[in-house]
Amino acid sequence: MSKEVSVLEIREITKKFPGVVALNKVSFKIEAGKATVIIGENGAGKSTLMKILSGVHTDYSGGIYFNGEKVCFQNTTDAEKRGISIIHQELNLIQNLSIYENIFLGRELENAFGLMDVPKMKSETRKLLAGLKLDLDPAMPIYKLKVGQQQMIEIAKALSFNCKVIIMDEPTSAISDKEVKILFEVIEKLKAEGKAVIYISHKLDELFEIAENYVVLRDGEFIEDGKIKDIDEEQLINKMVGRQIDISGRTENYCSEEKLFEVSKLYLKNSMLPESFILKDIDFQLKKGEVLGIFGLMGAGRTELMETIFGLNSEHRQGKIFLNDIPLDLSSPEKARNAGLALVPENRKQDGLVLGMDIKRNTSLSVLDSISLRGFLSRNKEENLANSYIKKLKIKASSSAQKVEKLSGGNQQKVVLSKWLATNPKVLMLDEPTRGIDVNAKHEIYKLIKEFAAKGLGIIMVSSELPEILAVSDRVLVMAEGKITANFKITNQTSEDMILKAAIPKNKQHDYA
Amino acid sequence: MITLKQSLSYSTKFQSLIALFVLCLVLAVLSENFLTTANAWNVLRQVSVNICLSVGMTLVVLTAGIDLSVGSILALCGAITASLLKFGVELEVLNLFIGFGSSSAIIVGIMIGAGIGWFNGWTITKFKVPPFVATLAMLTIARGLTMLWTDGFPINGLGEEFAFIGTGWLLGIPMPVWITAVVVALAVVLTRKTKFGRHIYAIGGNERAARLSGVNIKRVKTSVYAIAGALAAVGGIIVTSRLDSAQPNAGISYELDAIAAVVIGGTSLSGGKGSIMGAVLGGIIIGVLNNGLVLLNVSPFWQQVVKGLVILIAVIIDKANSRD
Repeated sequence: MSKEVSVLEIREITKKFPGVVALNKVSFKIEAGKATVIIGENGAGKSTLMKILSGVHTDYSGGIYFNGEKVCFQNTTDAEKRGISIIHQELNLIQNLSIYENIFLGRELENAFGLMDVPKMKSETRKLLAGLKLDLDPAMPIYKLKVGQQQMIEIAKALSFNCKVIIMDEPTSAISDKEVKILFEVIEKLKAEGKAVIYISHKLDELFEIAENYVVLRDGEFIEDGKIKDIDEEQLINKMVGRQIDISGRTENYCSEEKLFEVSKLYLKNSMLPESFILKDIDFQLKKGEVLGIFGLMGAGRTELMETIFGLNSEHRQGKIFLNDIPLDLSSPEKARNAGLALVPENRKQDGLVLGMDIKRNTSLSVLDSISLRGFLSRNKEENLANSYIKKLKIKASSSAQKVEKLSGGNQQKVVLSKWLATNPKVLMLDEPTRGIDVNAKHEIYKLIKEFAAKGLGIIMVSSELPEILAVSDRVLVMAEGKITANFKITNQTSEDMILKAAIPKNKQHDYA
Repeated sequence: MITLKQSLSYSTKFQSLIALFVLCLVLAVLSENFLTTANAWNVLRQVSVNICLSVGMTLVVLTAGIDLSVGSILALCGAITASLLKFGVELEVLNLFIGFGSSSAIIVGIMIGAGIGWFNGWTITKFKVPPFVATLAMLTIARGLTMLWTDGFPINGLGEEFAFIGTGWLLGIPMPVWITAVVVALAVVLTRKTKFGRHIYAIGGNERAARLSGVNIKRVKTSVYAIAGALAAVGGIIVTSRLDSAQPNAGISYELDAIAAVVIGGTSLSGGKGSIMGAVLGGIIIGVLNNGLVLLNVSPFWQQVVKGLVILIAVIIDKANSRD
């Protein structure tokens, strides 16, 4: 055994968000000179943990010990100064500034006159770029770079802090194979220099290539750590699944044989990258009364699929959509709504509700014609509409005049549902309908979904919670990298492993049929 | 029983009304000329044009937009209406002369105002020009067109019938006050009682959610700017009629007074929150303040300072209230 030096130790870290425990007493150690991968499903708590380590979240309990000394980072700059830097999943570069200006942002070098020392910053940047085999002018503005190159600049920036610990959160999701190779070489070099790399990725085959250690998180809990060489992909997947969500078994099935809705050869072009697609060759059918689950990991294109069907991004879309065998013109959400589609979006505060408005105004927003009398809105009709849904969906509120921003997450979600049920849709699309809401509200939503199905609606439910998919849906489509990779009819034999396996992106094409 | 919290929330709802009441009380004590019927009509007549513009501005601001071009549209439409009335239109090619009466000249003037406003909305929704920039450009364009149209000279002598709009009285109430009252009443119904009005609030409150709910964002926004343009034309016609003269430099900086009225009335510049009656009260507060300071022989320079301070205080109180 080689000498194991732990550079970073995480002790009993707990982080709570309103209504959710994101991390529960998580403890493990990170070794210097090694790459450690953190794996887990969506919502396992990986990103939250990384945000704590890099000083983004500061209110948590438990301790971080860096070289044996307890540290409390006030912000990201603080963490960088102490020796931990992070490459974020989202690009955090300022598009109009140049490469060197981004790299030295907030810590610009100055000369003896108190002016910026541009030549020195440029030469330092050039050195960094050379280390990543990037042949770019340091003065080039970021917006002229391809997404993959921008990701490499993020990596260069993280390296420039000369940190002892470097966190990489999904660094390969946007870069080409060639760049992945360069990144892996850089990781090897970092390890040789005695630095610790913390690596998060859904691409399991990558992990076996670069990492020595692994840590598995599930539902905010630490599950296991160990050496990569002692485990295989199958076993890793087994450890990731098995989230405990209290769902009382399979529910009834209202799926009929009657075809209701069909998506055929749907493509969505990536407006940022020519010749690349966010959605590729999407084909599926939905029957009356069917609950179709859609599962995929982060970045699989689930939300994009829902939004594209609902008439957003119509200028980049190809393909056909049919309702009852009649082709639909879905060039705007207005047309999608009028055609009988409904979308409960993933982010209810940003996309689902007008927070400053009350319950009744949110409920009636998509059906104002039906509460109008000779062109004027009828307050009575509006109140009756809102009250009927408050009763039907058991929304807890003082009255229909309560502002939705004052409601709990579950009740807010029910208001969004009300708004769409009021349109009498034929196809109801739900994007993460239970995200961020408490267990009781979740159960109520599951019950409602089944009630809608019983009434003959076609339901598409996107979810990143496998137990939820297994409990509620009749069939599941699995997506990875913009494509449908599997289509399971859900039976008592369907296991979480099978679904998760299909959802993990592969560099090589596998057949999961 | 009304709790303290409720009474506080009532007081914030009516804060501009309370402020106006206190202001009038103070001025009534300080000046014996303030609280007279003649002065009251005088103030209302003076603020009627600003309130007309503020109503349009409120609709625009509720969608989280802004319209800087209303002062220039006011001048252009006033000038066009005046010239149609006085000179008519001569189409030399067809050897045709079209004369205009008061009402037809007014209708054409308002339609041109609406058309310019529609153009603002078109550039904003079609080419994604920020409203500030699009209407700033129109501020210059419309002012330039006014100068071209008038050659830089006023158009005077528009006749008794036309003068009635700005100077006449009906049932003991000045005509400009009548016109503005009708505009305000229509706008209140529009914002509170129609689908269109609800869409305006929804767009300002959360544009993405509104779009996903099937609201046609482009159509609503374009219409809002068209209405603001039409109301600017109405203002231009009142001003022209009152002076019996279309001045090429009429309405300069009126857009700022309109924005001030909207803001004092509690409408949020970030959209989705506010009301027509708020802007009306805001406009009256500005008018009363100007009038009172004149009656008290305060220098006009100080009047500007005071107006600015009132705007600041109004917004600071608003922010403090919305933080709870």
